[in-house]
Amino acid sequence: MENREFSKIREFTSGARGALPLLLGTAPFGLIYGALAVGAGLSNAAAVAMSLFVFAGSAQFIAVGLVGAGAPVAIIVLTTLVVNLRHMLYSATLLPYLKKLAQPWRIALAFWLTDEAFAVCISRYRQQDDSPYKHWYQLGASLAMYVNWQIWCILGLVMGSRIPDAGAWGLDFALPVTFIGMTIPFVKNSATVVCVLTAAVVALLTGGIPFKLGLIIAALAGVAAGLLVERSVKIRTVLKEEQL
Amino acid sequence: MTTVEIIMLFGMFAVTFSIRYILLAAADRFQMPELMERALYYVPPAVLTAILVPAVLLPQGVWELTLSNAYIFGALAAVAGGVILRKHTLMASIVSGLAVFFIWRFLFS
Repeated sequence: MENREFSKIREFTSGARGALPLLLGTAPFGLIYGALAVGAGLSNAAAVAMSLFVFAGSAQFIAVGLVGAGAPVAIIVLTTLVVNLRHMLYSATLLPYLKKLAQPWRIALAFWLTDEAFAVCISRYRQQDDSPYKHWYQLGASLAMYVNWQIWCILGLVMGSRIPDAGAWGLDFALPVTFIGMTIPFVKNSATVVCVLTAAVVALLTGGIPFKLGLIIAALAGVAAGLLVERSVKIRTVLKEEQL
Repeated sequence: MTTVEIIMLFGMFAVTFSIRYILLAAADRFQMPELMERALYYVPPAVLTAILVPAVLLPQGVWELTLSNAYIFGALAAVAGGVILRKHTLMASIVSGLAVFFIWRFLFS
């Protein structure tokens, strides 16, 4: 029994450790979010509550922008819905690994699901070892991300009014580099290379579509391309085997 | 906090959480087709790429393919760093990407 407890804790801490680089990568975003929220006229309490209860970086950014532009609440909520649609792809991907967990676990891990937590944790789930506590890894990574995000958002709120034009510092570049680092481990064979290239090209072509809907189209195109290559590689291997 | 803010926050929470949870909630009630299971293998690289590539190449919504574009060279450095140091890809990409990005900005702007 003690041994089991130990490996839960071990999964939890290695999840938190796995998220460490992401804490660094998302920190600038918390700062900028806080600073923008002040500028947009959102109350401090609402800005903090958004980080606490919505916990979705890009949606929070867009919402703050819409608040600043005086958009109606219905538009803000609808935009949040569309911008966060990609999370459904994430939960579908995690589904085989989480479906045996009790509902409170699923609720917690769903609430804390982010791009970053997903990217780190799916790699843990796909590792071949048969640890029964891989969801503890996700919990560790998720909580680390959550606490980190709250801290930097509040710092951004506090400092935002004092630092002029924090948005123009180039701190936003932390996002692409973090995402590059998260993507590389997934690119392992010709199918994933084609998948990534297709997603990239389609994302650029569909960049003008509102509500970041191009993102979903590009992701689906990338998935389809990867599948196609996978199939054709399989067919070629079968043909080769038949020739021998 | 104003009433409008509370309504907005509740709405944002409700849609975001629903999107994240709805499939997991019903997870044990349906069997995933094999093709879909295979397709999910490609979700992480596809979504991450679809987010990051426009952020690098169209940061302000317009193309700017010049030698002084710090976004492009920072990204190239992040790819190189991550590929070379495969054991610590994430950290290597972040550090090398940001370093080259800020050096580039300092030199060319």
